[in-house]
Amino acid sequence: MSEPSSQSRFIKPPVIAPGHSFGSITDKISSIVLRKDTPKGWILGFGIAFLFVMGMLYAIGWLLLWGVGVWGLNNPVGWGFDITNFVWWVGIGHAGTLISAILLLLKQEWRTSINRFAEAMTLFAVACAGMFPALHTGRPWFDYWLMPYPNTMGLWPQFRSPLVWDVFAISTYGTVSFLFWYVGLIPDLATLRDRTEHKGLKLVYGLMAMGWRGSAKHWFRYETAYLLLAGLATPLVVSVHTVVSFDFATSVIPGWHTTFFPPYFVAGAIFSGFAMVLTLAIPIRKAYGLEDFITMRHIENMAKVMLATGLIVAYAYVMEVFFAWYSGNTYEKFLSFDTRPNGPFWWAFWALWTCNIAIPQLLWFKKFRTTPWILWILSIIVNIGMWLERFVIIVTSLHRDYLPSSWGMYDPTKYEYMLFFGTIGLFVALLFLFIRSLPLISIFEMRTLLPEASVHHNEEH
Amino acid sequence: MAENNKNLDLDTFRNRFDQKVERTHWMSLHELADEESFFASVSEEFPQQAVPLQDGVDRRDFVKLMSSSLALAGLAACTVPPEKIVPYVRQPEDIVPGRPQFFATAMTLGGVATGLLVESHMGRPTKIEGNPDHPGSMGATDVFAQASILGLYDPDRAQTVRHLGNITTWTNFLGALGAELKPLKDAGGEGVAILTEPVTSPTLGSQMKAILAAMPKAQWHQWEPHGRDNVLEGSRLAFGGSFASTWYAFDKADVVVSLDSDFLASGPGSVRYARDFMSKRRIRRGTTAANRFYAVETMPTPTGTSADHRLPLKPSDIESFAFALAGAFGVGPGAKLDAAGDAFLKAMVKDLEAARGRSIVIVGNDQPASVHALAHAINAALGNVGTTVFNSDAPDAVPAIGRESLRQLVADMAAGKVKLLLMVGVNPVFDAPADSGFTAALDKVPFRASLSMYYDETGERCHWHVPQTHYLESWGDARAFDGTAAIVQPLIAPLYNGRDPIELFAILADDANLPYDIVRNYWKSQRPAIVFETAWNKWLRDGVIDGTAYVPKPMTVALGAIAPSMRSGDYEISFRPDPAVWDGRFANNGWLQEMPKPITKLTWDNAALMSPATATKLGLVGDRGLPGEGNERNLHLWSRRAPMVEIKVDNRSLKAAAWVVPGHPDGAITLHTGYGRTRGGSVATPKETAKGGGFNAYTLRTFDGLGYAVATVAMTSGDYQLACTQLHHVMPDEREIVRSGTLEDFVKNPALSAAHEGPHSGEMSLYPKWESETGYAWGLAVDTTVCTGCNGCVIACHAENNIAIVGKPQVLVGRELHWMRIDTYYKGGVSSPAMTVNQPLMCQHCENAPCEPVCPVEATSHSTEGINEMTYNRCVGTRYCANNCPYKVRRFNYFQFSDWDTESLKLMRNPDVTVRSRGVMEKCSMCVQRINAARIDAEREGRRIRDGEIRTACQAACPTQAIVFGDVADPNSLVSKLKAEPHSYRVLEEVNTNPRTSYLGAVRNKNKEIAG
Repeated sequence: MSEPSSQSRFIKPPVIAPGHSFGSITDKISSIVLRKDTPKGWILGFGIAFLFVMGMLYAIGWLLLWGVGVWGLNNPVGWGFDITNFVWWVGIGHAGTLISAILLLLKQEWRTSINRFAEAMTLFAVACAGMFPALHTGRPWFDYWLMPYPNTMGLWPQFRSPLVWDVFAISTYGTVSFLFWYVGLIPDLATLRDRTEHKGLKLVYGLMAMGWRGSAKHWFRYETAYLLLAGLATPLVVSVHTVVSFDFATSVIPGWHTTFFPPYFVAGAIFSGFAMVLTLAIPIRKAYGLEDFITMRHIENMAKVMLATGLIVAYAYVMEVFFAWYSGNTYEKFLSFDTRPNGPFWWAFWALWTCNIAIPQLLWFKKFRTTPWILWILSIIVNIGMWLERFVIIVTSLHRDYLPSSWGMYDPTKYEYMLFFGTIGLFVALLFLFIRSLPLISIFEMRTLLPEASVHHNEEH
Repeated sequence: MAENNKNLDLDTFRNRFDQKVERTHWMSLHELADEESFFASVSEEFPQQAVPLQDGVDRRDFVKLMSSSLALAGLAACTVPPEKIVPYVRQPEDIVPGRPQFFATAMTLGGVATGLLVESHMGRPTKIEGNPDHPGSMGATDVFAQASILGLYDPDRAQTVRHLGNITTWTNFLGALGAELKPLKDAGGEGVAILTEPVTSPTLGSQMKAILAAMPKAQWHQWEPHGRDNVLEGSRLAFGGSFASTWYAFDKADVVVSLDSDFLASGPGSVRYARDFMSKRRIRRGTTAANRFYAVETMPTPTGTSADHRLPLKPSDIESFAFALAGAFGVGPGAKLDAAGDAFLKAMVKDLEAARGRSIVIVGNDQPASVHALAHAINAALGNVGTTVFNSDAPDAVPAIGRESLRQLVADMAAGKVKLLLMVGVNPVFDAPADSGFTAALDKVPFRASLSMYYDETGERCHWHVPQTHYLESWGDARAFDGTAAIVQPLIAPLYNGRDPIELFAILADDANLPYDIVRNYWKSQRPAIVFETAWNKWLRDGVIDGTAYVPKPMTVALGAIAPSMRSGDYEISFRPDPAVWDGRFANNGWLQEMPKPITKLTWDNAALMSPATATKLGLVGDRGLPGEGNERNLHLWSRRAPMVEIKVDNRSLKAAAWVVPGHPDGAITLHTGYGRTRGGSVATPKETAKGGGFNAYTLRTFDGLGYAVATVAMTSGDYQLACTQLHHVMPDEREIVRSGTLEDFVKNPALSAAHEGPHSGEMSLYPKWESETGYAWGLAVDTTVCTGCNGCVIACHAENNIAIVGKPQVLVGRELHWMRIDTYYKGGVSSPAMTVNQPLMCQHCENAPCEPVCPVEATSHSTEGINEMTYNRCVGTRYCANNCPYKVRRFNYFQFSDWDTESLKLMRNPDVTVRSRGVMEKCSMCVQRINAARIDAEREGRRIRDGEIRTACQAACPTQAIVFGDVADPNSLVSKLKAEPHSYRVLEEVNTNPRTSYLGAVRNKNKEIAG
């Protein structure tokens, strides 16, 4: 991290706009948090998001009161919006870890300006994701039975079940992501502690900074811990969605029982994660005038990652159909050639191919990669496409499987929509709170990107 | 009441008791002492069944529900009964707590009895089984008998005597009746009319004779909407003026022809007939011959779809066909048929000729008398009488042609001749023909009383309504299809203060005896020469009175000139009793309402059933929602909304939802009766709609068109939601879920399958083979050749396993809870499928069960004996198991579907099976409670469980013995032998689930001379 910037090796657009000094970076980023007045836009945005959160709480209350029957699930279709949303949110959470950990280890310093809020996004996405498996059970008050806890009956979870693996994967992922994010925040929290004039805030930031004084010893330990955490988090990028894909891959249902789900799901997760980072970064950058820190190079890089992972996903879709044909399996063939493209959910299938395969091909063109508003729309389309992907996998496979006698349909109810949009509201509301109360870009890491950082290395505070 | 509370001295009580000597059954001293307060307490204790939970529950309803369930919970938990209760000092001799007892009794439908054994837990009847000693049952039952246990505990049953709708007492009723009756009686009964169902009960018959002797001018009328008028009239036509009872021996018949008869699934003796008929088509290794069955019918029935050849014909064409058939044997005038019908007839006649004396021609109730008469003649001509067909003088009390009887009654009422009308167990306001004017005429009767189980359409138009006892609460007797009499013995004192008809008639006949004594005395008088007490006890124990079967009597056919009725038209409406609610009497039975009806798989409603071509002609196909050529893809659309048609018969019209049935003849529409109730309980007429589900077919039915009517039909606006549990379609691709073929195919290739030549699943595993610790390995084998799809097993499973009903809105979403279902698959064209295969599907108990490893809390696990078990209280409800089940047999409690609040339903439940809560998965357990009961017996006696000792509920109920349970580890068990049959297969074997349930391929004995 203390390496010189790579401008000498390749001529690349800068990761930070010229003309900034240590002071200006610190001022600029910390002022978003420490300003006295809350911007009207913030209040409006948060207010809208908060309304959605209220809707979510209503939907949850109704669900707990009456049972899962308030959703549109039925006997062939036991999972619908619930698990679709779960997988979608977990996927979104992937970009955070990828940016923080893998790009850190690969010394891609362009990640610096986006990693903080990508990590926050990860945390919030995981929180949203975790809600669905917890609420989708028939008796949510017994969810703790999925945890291995000592009890007098000697009962343990069933370790063969992918749902138990999910519990471990998601909780590990959530914990590591939180630690990574929090540890990364400590030096900035100290900065905020030092700069705020409000006594109460000083105390709060002070407690959260855990006595950070910026000594060489602190820095040494800090960097070791951060690297270790990055090392820990790296396998999680692959493992979490692999485990999630096992929910389906280990089953016997046509459309689920597919051995190549793990890589396909991981690629899809990164695809959707980067789409979500773009969805958030483009407006934030504009609203807070952060174009100097989140530069066009960042935007374009993320678009390139999306293009690459999108191609992997497209390959997977095509292969899925090919395997169905090549296997000669009646049920697989029927699913891929009949149920999905022609069945009652044909619209979801074709919308999925359009959103995830056809439209992202525009990213081959530099113009689309570098025009923020176009890219923003593209990222939303990819988000929708990735949601549809999970919906198609889960619902179309279940609603018409082996025995035609028990085929059914799935009509989501308003409570499912409320819960889904409610979690989006929760996600956005948490992001608003985060932006207002913590530095959304890593101040100290941004400072290291300045040319002065390498020259005046020892003077850094 | 206040007065009663103040003066509770002994003398008052004693006086009250003395005044009420006519009481027969009672439950408590309270009831005897103070009926009104008792009624009040009863109605508090058994509130109306809570409305099924639905999506839209508003705050008020929620608060109401919560408060009432809290109140009930409190009542149930901490109230000591007000009576002094006494613990056992010495245990009663026969009762061992926890062990059920079985009592023989009999249930009648249309006056004909099926003998039953009723399981009783500590005095509560909980489950109906067939009585193996009874000729009408042979151990099996139909759906109505299975569901009748719910009828007993139905909280909606009438619970009090009502006068003008107000609660009153039996004593008041008796007083009023006595005052009204006295002057009429003195006038020889002039103006007294009694309306009953057809009576075959010998005791009731003798009572009626006594009443008519005392009041010679009184009128006794009998009416049943699906009575046997045509059968009786047909016998009178055939045998020159005398009524006859006819019954059949299907176990001796090699060729059977049915003209619109549903003898395998409904009507007198159907349970026995199904058993006998199927005994001739148990296809096993080396079988080369079976009986052959031709069915000519309108609505595809379980009987017709079991046939080797089925000819779908409009009702009027069936009559022509019968005439042509008679013509072929020279016993009738003959008729011209179209080419297909003619070819069918020729092949059939050839078969019949070859099986002289070993064949049966049987005719359905709704066919005109002439067809019945012709069938008698054909059977006589074929020499079947005396070998497969038996006739006897009808010793029924007084057989009556219901149509004429009701007509007479209405005429008398309209003319003001009827001063006092007693209706017993009938509901003519709902089910009388539309042109009878019954309701208007009824209003002219100055004193009218109804005795029935529900305060129904008729009850609310009567001055007095008296609750009737359920058959499980009353003494009586009844005859089976072959005349064998059985004593109806009660298992429980009347729950709701009901009275039985015998008690009411005793009052009319000035008989001071109790029903028990009346029945006893009758039979004592019939058997003067025997030691009565011993015989009586034996009759009660066995459930049959020996030596009461009809004696076949040679009766000469003397057929006069008969001609076809010549009623025909572009659209003919066939009226049939509903397979679930029958004539409407079972409309408040939730189990039957939610039962997917055979063939249509509709629940909760009837519909205008028609062929795909007729639907196309009426413009109902395509955008209007019904499936037809070219829009099979839109299955999802027509699973929800059905278009409406308007049916006009004369000047009456009915709008009904249209529904397509493969195999229905063109130009005909079948309407099942019994729906469209306006009063009769919260299931029959839900509070929200104040109207029962479905469409009231009686509004189109006239005296002259009881069987079918000629109508005009047109598409009309609007649509209707029909809750269908299985969509009809041809198998979408080459999936081999059922195996089927002709007998010829079976002889050539007994596996009935070209595919699946590879190793059987289970042999391809890396894991060691499953070993049973106890040596037992339970499994099921189902013979799809003999399954008629009658649903007896489905309802038996409901009763045995405390399965809840979910209500129509939830069935529409797809959340029905049936542990087993009958999947119906067709082979061949939609207009006339060459074959219909029923596949009863319950949990397959896979050895490599996909549901087990995916459960995160191990709530579903494998027993050492191979049962896939569900641990309800461990289930958190992730539904992963159900998703991963290739057979989709797991059922999830999306809401609190089990009724935890209604007290009477608590009494009904099987104490050996958990009542499930919201949020847990449930499914077939192979009746593990029965296995464990047998295990306890066997272990106590130090032996192995014998083959056949355990019968699952579905197996026990099955009239055709299609389901066999047993130990597959024992190579000599019946189930192992069936699994070793060449046409035994397991569904989705290729998924390598290694199921313990196997099926025998369906075989039909086709005649090569008929194409298709």
